[in-house]
Amino acid sequence: MSKTYFEILRPGINTTIQDSGRNSLYHIGITISGAMDQRNYKFANNIVNNKLNKAVIEFAYQGPLLKLRNGTINFVITGEVSFNLIRNNFQVEEGRCYQNYNLYDDEQIDIISTKKSVYGYLSISGGFELNETWKSYSINTKAQIGPNNGKKYSMNEKIFVKESNIKNIKNNKINYKDSFNNIIRVIKGTNFDYFSNQAQKTFFNKKYTVSRLVDRMGMRLDGPNLENIVNTNIKSEGLVRGVIQVPADGKPIILLSDHGTIGGYPKIAIVISADLDKISQLTPGTEINFKEVSLEEAENIFKAYNEETNKYINESN
Amino acid sequence: MIKNISNLGDAAVYCDFGPEVSEIVNSNVINYFNHLADLIKKEKIKGINNLTPSYNKLIVSFDLSTTNFSKLKEIIQNLDIDKVKKKKNKTIKIPVCCDDEYGLDFNRLNHKLNLSKEEILKIYFNKEYFCYMTGFIAGMPFLGDINEIIRSDRLETPRIKVPEGSVGIVEQFANIYTCESPGGWNIIGNTPKKIFNKSNLQNPALIKPGDKVTFFQISKQEYFKFNE
Repeated sequence: MSKTYFEILRPGINTTIQDSGRNSLYHIGITISGAMDQRNYKFANNIVNNKLNKAVIEFAYQGPLLKLRNGTINFVITGEVSFNLIRNNFQVEEGRCYQNYNLYDDEQIDIISTKKSVYGYLSISGGFELNETWKSYSINTKAQIGPNNGKKYSMNEKIFVKESNIKNIKNNKINYKDSFNNIIRVIKGTNFDYFSNQAQKTFFNKKYTVSRLVDRMGMRLDGPNLENIVNTNIKSEGLVRGVIQVPADGKPIILLSDHGTIGGYPKIAIVISADLDKISQLTPGTEINFKEVSLEEAENIFKAYNEETNKYINESN
Repeated sequence: MIKNISNLGDAAVYCDFGPEVSEIVNSNVINYFNHLADLIKKEKIKGINNLTPSYNKLIVSFDLSTTNFSKLKEIIQNLDIDKVKKKKNKTIKIPVCCDDEYGLDFNRLNHKLNLSKEEILKIYFNKEYFCYMTGFIAGMPFLGDINEIIRSDRLETPRIKVPEGSVGIVEQFANIYTCESPGGWNIIGNTPKKIFNKSNLQNPALIKPGDKVTFFQISKQEYFKFNE
């Protein structure tokens, strides 16, 4: 019997496989990777009855055009995404996010674009047929690790899927609407006192704009320069997702999922865990404000974030 | 010993071993790293995602749904590091070809250091180096300390592409580019030996923190024969 797969008729801008991330390898320079928006990633798996940590397709801005071959599947798309289903009778059906659909042999999913956001997710019931690298299916394009030889997908490539027994799959739905606000909560960084009093005030009081230099590794911001009065270099040390470092040019950079594991720029602040999904969805040109919170506040906000995620997950079942 | 423990955001512990960069301080970092890695392997600590040792810091990042800063701080503070059996470190020999097509920055170094290529290499090869840390993109080893006479700054304009296998020097450190990447180190040669092998899943990084490394010069013929 032939295998079921998606044929990629249009790859989209940055289409990769992602999951919850690749851990325990920072010490040899392999970064965490994983879905940029972990909440939408979990929702995608939840709606098609997968375990929450299954691998999914992540796309950015314009997504792929996928044609299903040799089988039937059940899938969902999460995020703020406009997409169509192209049925076998050439009828085009407008897709809705956060609800699952059956897709039959030779039908297509046309992911047109994300709306006022960057990343969207496509999960299929039962998941994809992929090889694991260091306990993760995430593609890390910088180190070229993971499925598809660590590269983003190109035209005419295939993504093999597990065929669904669609009789056993019920309709599922989450009523989720991302509540966007432009306040990013942070904890002061380990080099906060490297910056002048004026710079410390500027960081919290002035707006910063997401520049065009943004990818899965990091996000450069435009805005007032932050004056460093101690040293613009530190001895290279470990980094984590959410670190905001400021190189000699005074412009902050936020580190995201594919960040380098060590670096030598001073850290002015770190984005709290609960705001990492939000920050990854910001498009170039968006203005943001940083707000300081304490460690205890950050922990409580994260607890509330987790509870909210689980509430949506429980409601859908 | 750890001089100060603080939080790096809400999901990482920042262990500071003081401002000094030396083999002694770094060995201490690596002892903590090995000890914690062992406890994680034996499932005696929950929730740690990653350990990142560097010259004088150890960063412990964790899953905030499973544990938190104060719990891990307490565990790290109470580790009995004196009882840790020191891991036996390897000495790794790295062949390097320094012919002009591989040693890209000798012109720059000749001017900066006022030394000939032969003099620089004689000093460089006549030393055993210590691996402080590995990281950045894929298992890049940060080695030290190189002799003061041959220390130099970074390139004013970094290269967009440094070839895989390049051996570079900056300040007191030497490194090996494990994959083609951008970089600003002074390149003195290239090794045919695979330093990071992603198809070796059990043991991808040849050189690990705490290992000793020596370099020896090979000819272009030997370079090409190396992988046959």
